[in-house]
Amino acid sequence: MTAEQPGRPRRGPGASLATAGRPGRTLPKAITSPTRAAASTVAYAVLAAVTIVFLLPLLWVLFASVNAEPSLRATPPSQFTLEHFEAVLTPETMFIPLWNSVLLSGGAAVTTVVVSVLAAYPLSRFNLRFKRPLLYTMLFATGLPVTAIMVPVYSMFVQANLLDSRGATTLFLAASSLPFGIWLMKNFLDGIPVELEEAAWVDGASSWQSLRLLVVPLAAPGMAVVGIFTLVMTWGNFFVPFLLLKSPDYLPAAVRIYSSFGQYGAIQYGALAAYSLIYSLPVILVYIAASRALGSKFTMGGALKG
Amino acid sequence: MASTTVAAPEGRKGGTRPSGRPSARRGGVASWLLPLAPALFLMLVFFAGPIIWTVWVSFTNAALTGVNAAQPEFVGLANFTELFADPKFREATLLTVVFLLGSGVVGQTVLGLGLALLLQNRHPAARMVVSTVVVGAWVVPEVVAGLLWVVFLEREGGLNGVFEFLGAAPVNWLYTAPLFAVILANVWKGTAFSMMTYSAGLSEIPSYLKEAARVDGASTLQVVWHIVLPLLRRTIATTLMLVTLQTVQVFTLIYVMTAGGPGERSTTLPLLMYKEALQFGDLGYGTTVALALLIVAGLFSAAYVKMLRPEEVR
Repeated sequence: MTAEQPGRPRRGPGASLATAGRPGRTLPKAITSPTRAAASTVAYAVLAAVTIVFLLPLLWVLFASVNAEPSLRATPPSQFTLEHFEAVLTPETMFIPLWNSVLLSGGAAVTTVVVSVLAAYPLSRFNLRFKRPLLYTMLFATGLPVTAIMVPVYSMFVQANLLDSRGATTLFLAASSLPFGIWLMKNFLDGIPVELEEAAWVDGASSWQSLRLLVVPLAAPGMAVVGIFTLVMTWGNFFVPFLLLKSPDYLPAAVRIYSSFGQYGAIQYGALAAYSLIYSLPVILVYIAASRALGSKFTMGGALKG
Repeated sequence: MASTTVAAPEGRKGGTRPSGRPSARRGGVASWLLPLAPALFLMLVFFAGPIIWTVWVSFTNAALTGVNAAQPEFVGLANFTELFADPKFREATLLTVVFLLGSGVVGQTVLGLGLALLLQNRHPAARMVVSTVVVGAWVVPEVVAGLLWVVFLEREGGLNGVFEFLGAAPVNWLYTAPLFAVILANVWKGTAFSMMTYSAGLSEIPSYLKEAARVDGASTLQVVWHIVLPLLRRTIATTLMLVTLQTVQVFTLIYVMTAGGPGERSTTLPLLMYKEALQFGDLGYGTTVALALLIVAGLFSAAYVKMLRPEEVR
């Protein structure tokens, strides 16, 4: 913006020619000009309006969860109370489903990280004949909708007698995040100089040793991204456990909140808000911590941008 | 770095490799097959298996219960002809396209890109507040987002509060305009992703290009239209592709908010698939819908891979 002031060294030769040809044309567009100020005001007004609309549903949760007489509007609580939290913080409604969520998403995240590091290593380091098609297939698979294969997966689970098995559900969740995990891990390992490993090989280390002692420690941030990504995705996943798990004791919080407060459930707004808060809090905290620790790389844009 | 071997022909054996990666022979087949095995096993069993099974079942009359559950028969293209003749399927396809265009293309892309553009060069505090709120909506789990929007769109809910404030009559959104309701919710939930990718893309556009255009007398809109958007084309294409893949498979949000109703008025393809296969037990039909969904998504995914192709895979 400052380039419009005369005499700035940043101006290219073409730019000065153009200004010279039409003196005065660009001057009103300086940052202090009324049109720019007006444009800036409009921009802030639009941003404020959008932010308020985005904020309203979120505000409702915060207010209704501590409001003694919660309504459907996002109004500040008339009387502060914690009874909604007390009401939902019981083993049956909250603790068991949360623990099931921890088991499912933790298991899926650990499996995904371990399996994708193992798979990404040879894909990054060796010249394998089938590597190219495999990587393309993997990238292709990241785009395939998991929703679309859920019906066949359900039938498979029925036929293999795996329905209501937490282990199999965890493995399926891990498998569905593997294409993305391996792809990310492979790109991450590509960034670690192979010279380090060559030095280790010269010193007599095997591939396995160099993977374990050298690559894994260096790849820790990449593993964290894959793990956190899987964790957040599976924590919020509703459809997979909704179809594959049946007994109420196994249901994670995602399904439990729907069966308790869903369309035909009781209309307890305070309890719904309190439950939503507690259930969402872990992912929000993990997201904040991860974006702090890993910087903008984690904000998905970096991971997926073309 | 490893890019030194990009030009090396694949599968070349022997020690003449210029530098970089060792050949697979070092340590034998086990050295690459062993670490790859768990990944291949999981993906074959849980990913490739079901897809192949989908293709097979969509040619049979398999069902969840009854005679056809035990011995499904090959019915050829019957499921497909039935599918295309079925008004329910056509309706669902139309609803899916409207949902995709409304929430994915118009909503998320226009709003996401608009927000990214407006946030450029704003005060850091303003940037932080706006992106925290928008990203907050994105981080919330899908079920919670659905339930929140049910509350927000109720007759006594927040949106009608805004309407009253503006002097308009309240609307029973989930009943009168179910598709519009789920589109709104999906825009709310998904805009952050587009906004973040576009912000990242915008930050890579060198500022001297914009400054040069401004010096030449271009207005803000002209700069955006003639300089920024053309340079952002690749980011827009890939983001649009990912958003499309995301949007065609949205199930949870719609299921929680309207369960496809009232009637069939918000039954998109994933909802139709679920209802037919699991509620009505017609696996063959439901799987054929799934296959249709897979084919559409597969085409988009292939286009996405093609777009990324030049530099990403080595």
